[in-house]
Amino acid sequence: MLFTEEHDSFRRTVRGLLEREVTPHADEWEEAGHFPAHALFKTLGAHGLLGLEYDPAYGGQGADHSYAVILGEELGRMGCPGVAMAVGVQTDMATPSLHRFGSPDLKEKYLGPAIRGEMVTSIAVTEPDAGSDVAGIRTRAARDGDQWVINGSKLYITNGTQADWLCLLCRTSDEGGYRGMSQIVFPTDTPGFAVSRKLDKLGNRSSDTAELSFTDARVPVTNTIGEIGRGFQQQMNQFQNERMSAVYNSVGGMGRALERTREYLKQRRAFGAPLLANQYIQFKLAELAAELDVLRHYTYACAEAYIAGQDTTRFATIAKLKAGRLQRNLADTCLQFHGGIGYMEETWTARYFRDSRLLSIGGGADEVMLQVLSRLDGFTA
Amino acid sequence: MNVVVCVKQIPDPAGTMKLDQSSHNLVREGKLILDESDSYGVEMGLQLAEQAGGGEVTLVSMAPNSETSGLRTALAMGAARAILVSDPGLAGTDALGTAKVLAAAIKRAEPDLILTATESTDGYTGTIPAQIAELLGMPSVTFSKKVTISGDNVTVERQTEEGYEEVEVPLPAVLSVTAGVVEPRYPSFKGIMAAKGKPVDELKVTDLGIDGSAVGASGARQEVTAVTPAEARKAGEIVTDDGDGFQQIISYLERIKVI
Ligand SMILES: Cc1cc2nc3c(=O)[nH]c(=O)nc-3n(C[C@H](O)[C@H](O)[C@H](O)COP(=O)(O)OP(=O)(O)OC[C@H]3O[C@@H](n4cnc5c(N)ncnc54)[C@H](O)[C@@H]3O)c2cc1C
Ligand SMILES: Cc1cc2nc3c(=O)[nH]c(=O)nc-3n(C[C@H](O)[C@H](O)[C@H](O)COP(=O)(O)OP(=O)(O)OC[C@H]3O[C@@H](n4cnc5c(N)ncnc54)[C@H](O)[C@@H]3O)c2cc1C
Repeated sequence: MLFTEEHDSFRRTVRGLLEREVTPHADEWEEAGHFPAHALFKTLGAHGLLGLEYDPAYGGQGADHSYAVILGEELGRMGCPGVAMAVGVQTDMATPSLHRFGSPDLKEKYLGPAIRGEMVTSIAVTEPDAGSDVAGIRTRAARDGDQWVINGSKLYITNGTQADWLCLLCRTSDEGGYRGMSQIVFPTDTPGFAVSRKLDKLGNRSSDTAELSFTDARVPVTNTIGEIGRGFQQQMNQFQNERMSAVYNSVGGMGRALERTREYLKQRRAFGAPLLANQYIQFKLAELAAELDVLRHYTYACAEAYIAGQDTTRFATIAKLKAGRLQRNLADTCLQFHGGIGYMEETWTARYFRDSRLLSIGGGADEVMLQVLSRLDGFTA
Repeated sequence: MNVVVCVKQIPDPAGTMKLDQSSHNLVREGKLILDESDSYGVEMGLQLAEQAGGGEVTLVSMAPNSETSGLRTALAMGAARAILVSDPGLAGTDALGTAKVLAAAIKRAEPDLILTATESTDGYTGTIPAQIAELLGMPSVTFSKKVTISGDNVTVERQTEEGYEEVEVPLPAVLSVTAGVVEPRYPSFKGIMAAKGKPVDELKVTDLGIDGSAVGASGARQEVTAVTPAEARKAGEIVTDDGDGFQQIISYLERIKVI
């Protein structure tokens, strides 16, 4: 991928902004299990970062996807994956369908404020009894005239305690399986909606994750994103954006982790020399750097295909699978070479180790990626 | 309110800076970036133009190899245009020569106010602002921390060791701005894209009507005769705390006359 002077300038700006607005607060937000999404998103929105690729008519920047790659890498780099994920939900998980398929009215009312950072959004797909198997969801919207009456629950919803609206996937007919689902913009001030629980997590603790419940909650049928009954297909499409952005975060975070580990090992001495003088350590890190480079350039190829308008399902699936695995390995190795101090909460490696575990589960587990790839490549019988 | 902000483009201080062994000058071959010290002047210039309800910020810079990366950063923040003086004949120019070039370039913009940083990050002689003012025959105020325009005058709170002085001078004037007194804005995506299309007027020494022999290595009246590496930092003193650690620290602070 060819990065121009504008890309470099954009990267510097984003890095500087995130180093000022997020990095200094990361410890505090992790401790609190919460970050001020509305305040931060307003700042990011004012700099055009929440709608890079979106239509300028709704406040987007009309940029091509290469800028989203840079934003994703820098979000990963800033040292607070919880917040990176929360921003990713806003830009690449909860809004792509609305941008692609939403009516002008719906975009005016919900996409514009999300791009400006005035509204916080969530993507609500997973349920207590359906995660990997999205076709198993049960939350139901029954039609009553020009309203949907919604009943059910959603689990593990990022930004769930702070969201102003959800991109909600639910059943709108009795067809079953992947048929008869719709995506609905669900405002969280709707009566009948409740945050039933804020969840306590292993990592990404600064990001709030919630269980949500819906009891006879009524929203207008005009809040449906795109076509009624096409929700599953639209969501599968939206998942591609989610996976790509998660991998860009991961690449940025791994690059930074290797840099920090290198610097530490240069100054930490054992057996009369810096630890980094050990060839074993050098080779371990060089090997990880090599794998990271391959992954990074794979994501660039994916981004180019996306810019060219191609279907990136295979790219995004492979990238997500490999990033999830590499990140676990890399976080473990960085912690290992830090020794005891690496195991302490005060050192970044401890949090990174915990945070790194999620990528292999969220947004489709590794095994689901393998399932998709097996089908795509015909490894089925 | 038309403001000129002098911005220096320097090698990235995050990298390692190298000195040329024979000329003792900084090697400035790679890509240059906006000196962070100058981002405060740019921010202040933009704020003053916005407060005045009109006018523009013009950047003036002297740099080798037609370098514009640093200028683009300041243009992305909101400056309207730039004048760049880039000429192989300027290699080896000293501080006074730099001031002559900058003064001549500034004149072309006919500004109401000129802002610089108090000192650059790479050369840090801190002499350019006063030299420019002298060459332009304008009042010079250094270490400005708060700047207010009132009619044809500018009132400046000028940082001193004890506090600040309030100074009023007629416009146009040259002010050097202390780092950290305003918060430089990060450019927005739109700002970055717009910067690409903003005019950068690139000039040679002759365009400015300056005699080529007055600048460059030949015109330099300042010569760096030797460069000595800074003394390596000595290992710190370790105080073992047997319950009286704080007293040892207090007596140390007394010894070095901090308290
Ligand atoms: C921190 C966090 C944030 C999240 N945020 C959101 C959000 O904002 N919105 C949202 O909708 N969801 C969110 N999720 C949910 C996430 O997408 C699901 O957890 C994930 O898709 C896995 O679903 P599950 O938890 O139901 O696991 P299950 O479906 O129960 O699967 C459990 C495990 O079984 C294995 N497995 C699954 N399928 C197969 C297979 N076909 N073959 C072999 N093995 C298999 C995998 O190892 C998998 O991890 C979040 C999850 C977490 C942990
Ligand atoms: C050992 C040594 C090596 C040096 N090597 C170099 C070298 O390689 N290259 C070099 O340029 N100088 C070099 N200098 C400094 C050089 O001698 C001049 O002093 C220098 O050109 C003037 O800049 P300054 O950075 O000292 O200005 P200062 O007086 O510290 O700068 C104050 C402010 O004036 C403005 N300003 C200064 N220079 C410019 C500019 N070029 N364009 C726009 N605005 C400007 C900026 O706002 C700056 O913050 C060196 C000095 C020493 C002592």
